[in-house]
Amino acid sequence: MENKDALINYCLRVGDSSLVLGQRLAEWCSNGPILEEDIALTNISLDLFGQSRMLYSYIAELKGNGETEDSVAFGRNERAFYNTLLSERPNGHFGDTIVRGLLVDAFNFHFYTKLKESKDSTLAAFAEKSLKEVTYHLRHSSEWIIRLGDGTEESKNKVQKSLNELWGYSDDLFEMNDDDLNLVSEGVAIDLSSIKPLWQETINTVLSRAKLTLPENVFMHKGSRNAVHSEYLGHLLCEMQYLQKAYPDAKW
Amino acid sequence: MTTEENIWKLLEEVPDPEIPVISIVDLGVVRSVTVSNDEVVVEITSTYSGCPATDVFIADIKSKLRENKFEKVEVKMKFSPAWTTDWLTENARVKLREYGIAPPEDEPDKSVLFAKQVVVPCPRCSSKNTKLISQFGSTACKSLYQCNDCHEPFDYFKCLK
Repeated sequence: MENKDALINYCLRVGDSSLVLGQRLAEWCSNGPILEEDIALTNISLDLFGQSRMLYSYIAELKGNGETEDSVAFGRNERAFYNTLLSERPNGHFGDTIVRGLLVDAFNFHFYTKLKESKDSTLAAFAEKSLKEVTYHLRHSSEWIIRLGDGTEESKNKVQKSLNELWGYSDDLFEMNDDDLNLVSEGVAIDLSSIKPLWQETINTVLSRAKLTLPENVFMHKGSRNAVHSEYLGHLLCEMQYLQKAYPDAKW
Repeated sequence: MTTEENIWKLLEEVPDPEIPVISIVDLGVVRSVTVSNDEVVVEITSTYSGCPATDVFIADIKSKLRENKFEKVEVKMKFSPAWTTDWLTENARVKLREYGIAPPEDEPDKSVLFAKQVVVPCPRCSSKNTKLISQFGSTACKSLYQCNDCHEPFDYFKCLK
């Protein structure tokens, strides 16, 4: 793979994870447990869409073959999507969404903190901007985890169960392929093994305040770095891409 | 007045589509204006990356300048340095307050997690006895607060640094 292809693929990893989680959170629109949370979850969704747009525009520019941010978002099938497994997990109940949010937000926070130093100036600028937004996301999810975990017996049981189920998708966040490692050695990409301890520390801090415990001996699902997904992604893309597939190049 | 200064003046007449009392210049999203020959290049940045107002900024800038006989206008997006609420002008802060939106307060506790909450005075009665209802408000750039004294709910233009 050429260097440019590796960079494009790296941008897809990051951009797709934002887009797919943004689409998931948008499903909360008008379904939030309370009005404020309806607004919060869809605000976060909007930030994630904005972040993916920045990367898709960059990809279109790198390709220089007439592709646009829209064709990147709507013109690919699931085996060409590189989003993390967590981002495609169904929303479940509010506690499931919040636990998924915490795992991803803490990852994004540490990831963008490092990516700000990337030698690729577009990625660095993207990270600088995204970091400010994901800091708010992390505050939102961590405060809710505490409220739920240290709340009533029912909320505690529910959110502990969410954690037990979603934890098995957390290692997948840190997967890297050979091209990523090459980009790491060039100072463009981030060595994800270097942020794992920081991420773990953030998660531990929040969970201990929330009086929740990490499950042990959990099977870790992986594969998304090579575009191998769970059955949920295809359904999500069907809905998200419906209009462009039914009416190619439709414009508002 | 140079052509650039003239264009800056015109851009001061372009309102933020979501908070029409302040202009896009007051908001700090216009980063530069350059004119060479007949061509105008305006560099802007977005407040939040997903802010739907950004596309409206671009369309409004173009139509404002076209109305004033600038035919060739290009609006470019600039992501770095990232927009910060420090770029709001003093004028913007005054107008926001008059409009019922509390302007951003400097947040001394920089902790990412469990930061001490900043005191946001009520834009209506100036009471400092207010509470956060939700970190996320009616637009990406605002949080929702309520005054404990006059009981009015209000928007807070949240600090972004």
